[in-house]
Amino acid sequence: MTLQPQRQILVVFPHPDDEAFSSAGTIRLYRNMGVPVTYACLTLGEMGRNLGNPPFATRESLPEIRRKELKEACEFMGIDDLRMMGLRDKTVEFEDDEKMVKLVTDLIDELNPSLIITFYPGYAVHPDHEATARAVIEAVRRIKPEDRPTVYACAFANNTVAEIGEPTVLIDVSSVKQDKVKALQAHASQTAWMIQESTKRVDEGRPMSDSWLHYEKFYQYEFED
Amino acid sequence: MKEVQTNELQKLLNSFANKDVYIHLETTNGAYATHFDEKVFNAGAFIRNAKIRYELAKIIDDTPHRVGLKMEHGWVYAQGITHYELDEHGRLLMAGLDYTGKLAVALEISETPFSY
Repeated sequence: MTLQPQRQILVVFPHPDDEAFSSAGTIRLYRNMGVPVTYACLTLGEMGRNLGNPPFATRESLPEIRRKELKEACEFMGIDDLRMMGLRDKTVEFEDDEKMVKLVTDLIDELNPSLIITFYPGYAVHPDHEATARAVIEAVRRIKPEDRPTVYACAFANNTVAEIGEPTVLIDVSSVKQDKVKALQAHASQTAWMIQESTKRVDEGRPMSDSWLHYEKFYQYEFED
Repeated sequence: MKEVQTNELQKLLNSFANKDVYIHLETTNGAYATHFDEKVFNAGAFIRNAKIRYELAKIIDDTPHRVGLKMEHGWVYAQGITHYELDEHGRLLMAGLDYTGKLAVALEISETPFSY
């Protein structure tokens, strides 16, 4: 499908690399069109498990490594407005729910985005993904229907397609595939296992894997009023 | 971090005994464990910047290693420790890295609080 014109895009994910895996190509395409993109990355992925053996990092040195990787990935995606929101990995769901909604509402009020990219609540697997998705959806739900930005939501739980069907937004990112690969490679501390797991998903024929470097798939979130 | 050398790590553990120290203790099999294998029962625990004081520390010379800290009213222990270092801030960082290089357990001891 052709890209819908956008005024401003807000990307909200909890971990450095969530954006590269799910939407680096889409972001790059919009940046190439001159659309401003703000990325609110809630944590620095402090709890990433891959430290290597022999190790290249410690639990304490990983956040700084991932901060640098995130900045580099943003360069490849063309994101010049990166907001690191200072939460801690694996604790997002335990934050006060209203504080989380306000965090998103404040960003929306400031930026007036026409499109928000985030996870799909209920089908986002990781507790931080779910908490992020819940906060974004609730913040947007509170906006008058006619004023709401579009929400593209990423879903990859094993039961996703069975329960909510195929993704409704399919974006061909083949033309910026190299930028997506560079963004993924920028997250070097994570890339090794990501590529390994992606290969595994390809081998198992699971969704969101076989063509993940050529297509990015989202669900346009439908709000029930 | 380097692989555990029992004697050296025991000396470092001793150096924090009978002091107020902050600990980071973490076990995990990863947030995606059940996503990749529905048979996995996903459990873990995390505590950061709990202030404790221990009177005795012992590392068991088994592979992977176990480390136990005896306090006035209780215990802290971690099993699966494979690597450690005394970092540039004087903090003792211990970790258990599995065969693929993923952290399975961490026990860290510091005289000053760890970051957030």
